Amino acid sequence: MDIISIMKIAFKSLARNKTRTFLTMLGIIIGVGAVITMIAIGQGATKVVNDQISSMGTNVIMVISNTSNTQSRARQAAGSGNLLDEGDVKAIQETIDGVLYVSPVYSTYGQLKYGSNNWRGSIAGADVDYFLIRDLSLEEGQYFYPSEVESGAKVCVIGKTVADNLFLGEDPVGKTMRIRHIPFTVKGVLKSKGASSMGMDQDDIVIAPYTTTVSRLIGQRWRFMTIMVSAVSKEKIPMVQEDIMNLLLTRHNGTTRDDFIVRSQTDIAEAANTVSKTLTVLLASIAGISLLVGGIGIMNIMLVSVTERIKEIGIRMAVGASKRDVLLQFIIEAITISLIGGLIGIIMGWSLAVILGQTMNWSISVTPWSILLAVGFSCAVGIFFGWYPARKAANLNLIDALRYE
Amino acid sequence: MDNNILISVKGLTKTYQMGEVYVHALRGIDLDIDNREFVAIMGASGSGKTTFMNLLGCLDRPTTGTYLLDGINVADMDDKAITQVRNQKIGYVFQAFYLLPRTTALENVELPLLYCRKMSTKERKEKAMYALEVVGLADRAKHYPNQLSGGQQQRVAIARAIVNDPVFILADEPTGNLDTRTSVEVMELFQKLHSEGKTIVLVTHEFDISRYALRIITFRDGKVISDVPNNDVHIASVDLKKLPRLDIEEEVS
Repeated sequence: MDIISIMKIAFKSLARNKTRTFLTMLGIIIGVGAVITMIAIGQGATKVVNDQISSMGTNVIMVISNTSNTQSRARQAAGSGNLLDEGDVKAIQETIDGVLYVSPVYSTYGQLKYGSNNWRGSIAGADVDYFLIRDLSLEEGQYFYPSEVESGAKVCVIGKTVADNLFLGEDPVGKTMRIRHIPFTVKGVLKSKGASSMGMDQDDIVIAPYTTTVSRLIGQRWRFMTIMVSAVSKEKIPMVQEDIMNLLLTRHNGTTRDDFIVRSQTDIAEAANTVSKTLTVLLASIAGISLLVGGIGIMNIMLVSVTERIKEIGIRMAVGASKRDVLLQFIIEAITISLIGGLIGIIMGWSLAVILGQTMNWSISVTPWSILLAVGFSCAVGIFFGWYPARKAANLNLIDALRYE
Repeated sequence: MDNNILISVKGLTKTYQMGEVYVHALRGIDLDIDNREFVAIMGASGSGKTTFMNLLGCLDRPTTGTYLLDGINVADMDDKAITQVRNQKIGYVFQAFYLLPRTTALENVELPLLYCRKMSTKERKEKAMYALEVVGLADRAKHYPNQLSGGQQQRVAIARAIVNDPVFILADEPTGNLDTRTSVEVMELFQKLHSEGKTIVLVTHEFDISRYALRIITFRDGKVISDVPNNDVHIASVDLKKLPRLDIEEEVS
């Protein structure tokens, strides 16, 4: 008999026992749904971390002075020789291959004022390259110019959070705000970047030329510098990183490696990815176990159903069903259950993931491979756990089956 | 060789092994059944008639002997071919009807057609519907077995037996689960089918039922002890008129 007719028989048989069919499906629905949801959550977490890391900029390498933790005391004790200076920036720019942009960053905090509004925000004194390294694009206005950096102009570009809190809906471009009582002209407002991988608001920032920042806001004595570098390509990052380390060691002769940290975006991404991958695998294996249990459920019910339907099998064989027909019928029933269950599971899992994402404010991401995995697995479960009961049914002795009470 | 011979068994034996003991259910049967015969096989339980019926119906295989059905030795066939024979050449009617539950009368009748050659759904439905008309249940096509009376269920089973136009109908105690009047009604149907040219082999232990057949073969201890024409053939339709009508089942729908 042809496969289509057997499929029809199998479908009819499933349709005749709706409750049993549904209960069998339930295991697969829950299993597949769990796999989809769990992977969506895991993938979502990975995506968030990756987005945050890439929001740092493109191919970014940071050079941090290791005295950062004890800024003031280290400054006093170790002297200026160990701290990064503008000479280092220049040297990196001029001598190292594979460097695209370099910018010093001086960080400080200060009270910001506009009219009667005030806000405490972090201030970054940087060069114009900083915008390129960090991929900071403008919402309105413009960046400051290299000439303004050179002349130490009192201009700045502000983040969205600062714009919102200080200007309260007014257009900040062209307005004069005060940073520690010193008037700065706002040249531009940055597009929002959201929270960083450390959970900090990246929009709560004022960026001013580093020259102005050092001379007007920090003062020579308290300066503390980070150097931001961007490599020409991802592949060049390790090389550039190593070269910078060597260069700085030479320039600050006598210092040990511990005085500087040269860290790339890749390092940070790798560390973060390890965590989120572990999370995904963990969630997926928990879901996988429930899928396995669902499969065993199918086998269980199919076995019971073979026993329950011994007489039916006998009747079918008596009127002309071959062993193959019976075998196929039962296998198709099992596959159908797991496939339909799988499809419902995908829909449920997907919906659950979306609902979770919205109510819990989690980032979720349903990937094609997780759907493929779930469908493939549920098919495999159907065939694997359907085979044994189907064989049992096909190998029944006809007379025993007919006489079975 | 007589061309009219449908079934020819020679030296048929069947031995079961039950633990250490061999049970000789059939001890050598020689029998010919012609086309268009209506044979009743009689015998007490343990006589071997059920075993014989299983062999005749190709539900089981003989230990030794030959069984020619329609000129072909069925005893030598492989499983696949036997399945075909069951499907195309034999129509079964069982004591307990053996209809599929939760399956309409029409679908039950269609069942043998599902397992034979490719046939369009329409053709299958028409054939099944025709078989239901023959047994007088066309109006019950959409009913489920549990909505039908015992007699009706057995008639659905008979429709299923004839739907594939088999060479003979094998009925195993078809009236065993029915009351007297319904039994006679079923026998009336068999007599009608016989008069239309069907070969019928009826296995029963009830003398009353065997009287409707034309030839009576009696088994005892695995052997045929008598094989005689029935000299007192009862006509079911005549008997029915004598039986009181118990209109209890007909109203069930």
